[in-house]
Amino acid sequence: MSALDLLWLIPLLPFAGAAVNGLAARAPQRAVTLVGVGFPLATLALALACLVEYAAVWPRAVENVLYRWTAGEAAIDVAFLLDPLSAVMLFVVTFVGFWIHVYSVGYMGREAGYRRYFAYLNLFLGAMLLLVLGNNFLVLFVGWEGVGLCSYLLIGFYYDQPFPPYAGMKAFIVNRIGDFAFLVGLFALLARFGTLRFGELFPRIAAAGEAATAPYALGLSFAGFVALCLFVGAMGKSAQIPLYVWLPDAMAGPTPVSALIHAATMVTAGVYVVARANVLYQLAPGVSLFVAAIGAATALLAATIGLAQTDIKKVLAYSTVSQLGYMFLALGVGAYTAAIFHLMTHAFFKALLFLGSGSVIHAMGGEQDMRRMGGLKRHLPVTYWTFVVGALAIAGVPGFAGFFSKDEILHAAAAEGQWLLWVVGLLTALLTAFYMFRAVHLTFHGEFRGSEEQAHHLHESPPVMTVPLVVLAVGAVVSGFVGLPALFTGGRDWNLFHRFLHPVVAELPGGSHEAHELGAPVEWALVLVAVAAALGGIFYARRVYGLGRGLEGGRVWAARSPFLHHLLVDKYRVDEAYDRVIVRPLHRLARILWKGVDALVIDGAVNLGAAATELTGDLVRFTTTGNVRNYALYFFLGVLALFWWVLL
Amino acid sequence: MTAVPVSWYLLLAGVLFAIGTAGALTRRNGIAIFLSIELMLNAGNLALVAYSRLWDDHTGQLVVFFVMAVAAAEAAVGLALFIAIYRQRRTIDINRINLMRW
Repeated sequence: MSALDLLWLIPLLPFAGAAVNGLAARAPQRAVTLVGVGFPLATLALALACLVEYAAVWPRAVENVLYRWTAGEAAIDVAFLLDPLSAVMLFVVTFVGFWIHVYSVGYMGREAGYRRYFAYLNLFLGAMLLLVLGNNFLVLFVGWEGVGLCSYLLIGFYYDQPFPPYAGMKAFIVNRIGDFAFLVGLFALLARFGTLRFGELFPRIAAAGEAATAPYALGLSFAGFVALCLFVGAMGKSAQIPLYVWLPDAMAGPTPVSALIHAATMVTAGVYVVARANVLYQLAPGVSLFVAAIGAATALLAATIGLAQTDIKKVLAYSTVSQLGYMFLALGVGAYTAAIFHLMTHAFFKALLFLGSGSVIHAMGGEQDMRRMGGLKRHLPVTYWTFVVGALAIAGVPGFAGFFSKDEILHAAAAEGQWLLWVVGLLTALLTAFYMFRAVHLTFHGEFRGSEEQAHHLHESPPVMTVPLVVLAVGAVVSGFVGLPALFTGGRDWNLFHRFLHPVVAELPGGSHEAHELGAPVEWALVLVAVAAALGGIFYARRVYGLGRGLEGGRVWAARSPFLHHLLVDKYRVDEAYDRVIVRPLHRLARILWKGVDALVIDGAVNLGAAATELTGDLVRFTTTGNVRNYALYFFLGVLALFWWVLL
Repeated sequence: MTAVPVSWYLLLAGVLFAIGTAGALTRRNGIAIFLSIELMLNAGNLALVAYSRLWDDHTGQLVVFFVMAVAAAEAAVGLALFIAIYRQRRTIDINRINLMRW
């Protein structure tokens, strides 16, 4: 039996782990660890076996039906698909997921909710695999909601504190807004094409011609409408303007959760969906441009907010939002491969950065404020070096993974002639390099600024936490080399990643896509400008925060423009604006409905019935005298009345 | 031999029923009320038997047996109740047995 026949088992293994840990109350910690890490390990092993076998059948797609689930006229299966796109996602999710499970053993070891934590984390892994392996939109959607649920559960993991449950609800509700549009898109697809199976749906859309491009709704074509709906869903899940506000708050969860769910995997689900449905976006250039614009705006906005955050996890959270914006920028200009490439490299280096920050927080006894850190390089050497590798990778320094993927995105924007997007991307790259090295300097360099007690307890994390860091650091370096641009290899096609993904993102025949050939000199110039931006950001961060300046540099910087600094510290007051415009009016409406409709009308009707009954009872209870002869008389009169009625 | 007309039986039954009803509604002694109810039941029985004869249908006589059996059971239960009440309260005057009221 080949491993590919067991494809269906991949999402089920983590679910089994979640079930065991979720139900086995009072299991000893060692058993919880064994189950909680063992099942992801089995998942990873099976996934790797499947991928090795898949390499032989590439570029064919492998489908594996678990069972038939018929909903109405459209036959929908619970079935799994392994094609180049889901293969990449499968690898990222199982590999990064497994190492974060390992890391969690060390990070969460002394938490009270250890068993609950692993049950949730396994559940998440299963739902995420359902999402990336589903062969139709409905299975994908089940996974989509599953990861949303796990995100909610894990953000609110510390439910005995006031903020985490609130942040969890915020994440869930904001996602809900996107999911609504997502569902509308799925219904539209099902109504028009009668199937949600990728293998049937996309060829049908590609061949539909007029049916897909004729005006449909909202002034958009059918393809454009569905593309927009799916993108709004992706806005929620992947934290894009205007629905990005939940992701920074999601940092209230445990740090490995932030690494796995809110950096490496779940938040990239939106990118995956858009890449999966690239046929629709190719048919809707207007919506694609919208996607690119939103992505670019998000990338820049989040990067600027990241400049002024003092919480190390918040910096990384805004950086994640920013990088996701980068991916959507790529999707919008039609560079689906580049987006998935950046998704993969980002999964490595952002998971690495989050786990590194977790290691720091662990050493600092729960402290997340970078203003109280500094000089940790000496105490946490492994964490320091791996964190620097992650920072170099995200900054886009040549040789590291982020360089290749970021460069491919910038190149795609330029090749499309979208120079404004290119400039925004470049600016974001500059800011990214700056705020990441600001974090490095504030955390690891200079003098220690924490309390005496914290200084005593500073220690490098145990191997169970540092080994995942090293593994991911290696990934953050080498994962870029699978996508070498043709420019570097003298025009020879060494871009394995491109070639591997090509069957899924092939351009439609007669598409409106017209890439400009830039020519090698221009391309080299673009690469050099991008590298200069990255290095410039790094050196400027060193000038401001490095060289022993620490917080002082930041203060000088802030004093130059107090208004701008406050605006960034307050995250542009977007949360406050949403509160004013959406949340509070909704509260007011809810209050009107509660006091007016519910309490007055509905409760009033019920209470009126009760009052009428009581009044009637008050009036007629005097007939119950307790005297049997009275009753007999009533009885007799009743009989007489009956006779009267029947006989006359 | 001339048969007694059925109307005579019905008249007798009606009179007995009226007497029984009046007794049941006006007497205060529980035993007397019972006697009155027996009178009403037997007035009914008489009417049933009369009609049974008139229409040559045995169903009426069958029903009478039922009524008699039910009446016997009712008397047994009722008398037992009165004995129990008498033991508690030393009276079976139903005007004074009126605890079950508003």
